[in-house]
Amino acid sequence: MPPVDDQPLLRITGVKMRFGGVVALGGVSFDVARGQIRGLIGPNGSGKTTLFNCISGIYRFMEGDILFEGKSLANVPRHEMANIGLGRTFQNVALFRPLSVRDNILVGAHHLAKSGFIANALRLPSVRREDAAAQKRLDDLLDLLDLRGVAETPAGALPFGTQKRVELARALIGDPKLLLLDEPAAGLNHSEVDDLAVMIERVRSHFGCSVLLVEHHMNLVMRVSDKVAALEFGLKIADGTPDEVRAEPEVIRAYLGEPDPELKH
Amino acid sequence: MRTSWLIAVFVVLLAVVPTARFSGYHLFQMTMVVVYAVAILGLAILTGINGQISLGHGAFYAIGAYTTAILMNSWDVPYWLTLPISALVCAGVGFLVGLPALRLGGLYLALTTFALAVAIPQILKHKLFEDWTGGVQGLVIDKPDAPFGLPLNTDQWLYLFTLGVAVVLYIFAINLTSGRIGRAMRAVRDHAVAAEAMGINLAMLKTRTFAVSAMYTGVAGSLGAIAVAFVAPDSFSVFLSITFFVGLVAGGAASIGGTIVGAVFIEFVPNLADKVSKAAPGAVYGVILIAMMFLMPQGAGGFLHGLWRRVVRLGGK
Repeated sequence: MPPVDDQPLLRITGVKMRFGGVVALGGVSFDVARGQIRGLIGPNGSGKTTLFNCISGIYRFMEGDILFEGKSLANVPRHEMANIGLGRTFQNVALFRPLSVRDNILVGAHHLAKSGFIANALRLPSVRREDAAAQKRLDDLLDLLDLRGVAETPAGALPFGTQKRVELARALIGDPKLLLLDEPAAGLNHSEVDDLAVMIERVRSHFGCSVLLVEHHMNLVMRVSDKVAALEFGLKIADGTPDEVRAEPEVIRAYLGEPDPELKH
Repeated sequence: MRTSWLIAVFVVLLAVVPTARFSGYHLFQMTMVVVYAVAILGLAILTGINGQISLGHGAFYAIGAYTTAILMNSWDVPYWLTLPISALVCAGVGFLVGLPALRLGGLYLALTTFALAVAIPQILKHKLFEDWTGGVQGLVIDKPDAPFGLPLNTDQWLYLFTLGVAVVLYIFAINLTSGRIGRAMRAVRDHAVAAEAMGINLAMLKTRTFAVSAMYTGVAGSLGAIAVAFVAPDSFSVFLSITFFVGLVAGGAASIGGTIVGAVFIEFVPNLADKVSKAAPGAVYGVILIAMMFLMPQGAGGFLHGLWRRVVRLGGK
């Protein structure tokens, strides 16, 4: 048996997905190592969001496999994903808008506690202990992500950039081994993207989790990722360090288009 | 801390003042306010907090009422012992109704529960159950006397008993909805996909919430049956379900405290409308309802909450 350390945290092997006649993923493979920040880039329609949804259980892939710590995710129910160590954010922010920032983040700790309806109705000592533990984690995150000032504000009333931080906190309070970020830079302005880059690196160093960053924004991905995979038309066209991927002719073509022969001299 | 003391004082006043001062009929009205408050509380947990719309909670109220009446009539079970049994029966029925609710979103669920409310009076009248339910005639049950030789008449004892049960049920409901499970209920209401990604098992949470909700409204039905000392199928028409829904919205759907205001509304506003115009009380009721929605679009709960915040802000200056 190979030692556990050699095993990647997430291994994607030959994943295929079709919608009707459209091939969204034509057999994609790559790994995410422990503690790694892994970028996944590709133009619109390249299949990166489809792959993201396959990992998080929104779609069930048709062929291939996705292994998390060596175990297949194929039949893991969606509500078990957080429990086995997969945290995620959403592309257009999916917060519980009327709830306070505090409550939003605490929902992310749901799976860490086990108390049920009756224990909660009676407010048994076990429930109080769980609450205290969650509050402590919440306190750390409010400071780390600079959210203390808005803790009691309804999440829906906050600016978009702040909402993204709330979502990140909500994913992190659940102590994920792998954090899946679905286009975190979408809708952010230039300085907010800079802040986000710092935040992602801080999250990794503070929590020691791996990050899979699915992103449109080349600049951000190239800046924070240890390794990057590029998709186009549901196939992987490049895989390596940011410099290697940036130099790859296929990637340049996919992002900038074919050089126009008329303009050649 | 200070708020919980205020609430404790409020509850003691609520127990002492009507018992000492009110006549039989007014005390009975107060008892019914408490009963309706618990019924609406059940609906608030399901619809206001968990976002599953029910237009048929009168059905659970009826099942609770009949469970108590049948147990007292056919098996001579003491009235207080019928409450836990009724709670279990209604929670079970609620759980079963909650199962198809998983596949039906929003308005379709509202229609399904509505269908249940339409069917219930006819099921209660059916020949098959006539030996137990008394058919169209219904069942008359004995009003309980005050125990331990307490110097209280029946109405006074009934009011205090109902209030005592309600206080316990409210404490449980506040505990349940303010902690981990309550947060999960609200999360599912506001964004089910995100809630699931946070590790909340939607099917389990929604069916159990349905069971708890049906249990609350069912126990309210039991308390109501004991207070009225009579059950008949036509007391539990569709209109009762709609009335609970009105009380829920008037109180402010997701507000626990608002359920009391909602109960006061559905108990007294129809009487008030009747006093204003004998010819068209329905029209007056409608106007009052619309006026209320204009003045307090968030329901009484939201209105009072806003008022409270303003008072706190003024006090802070």
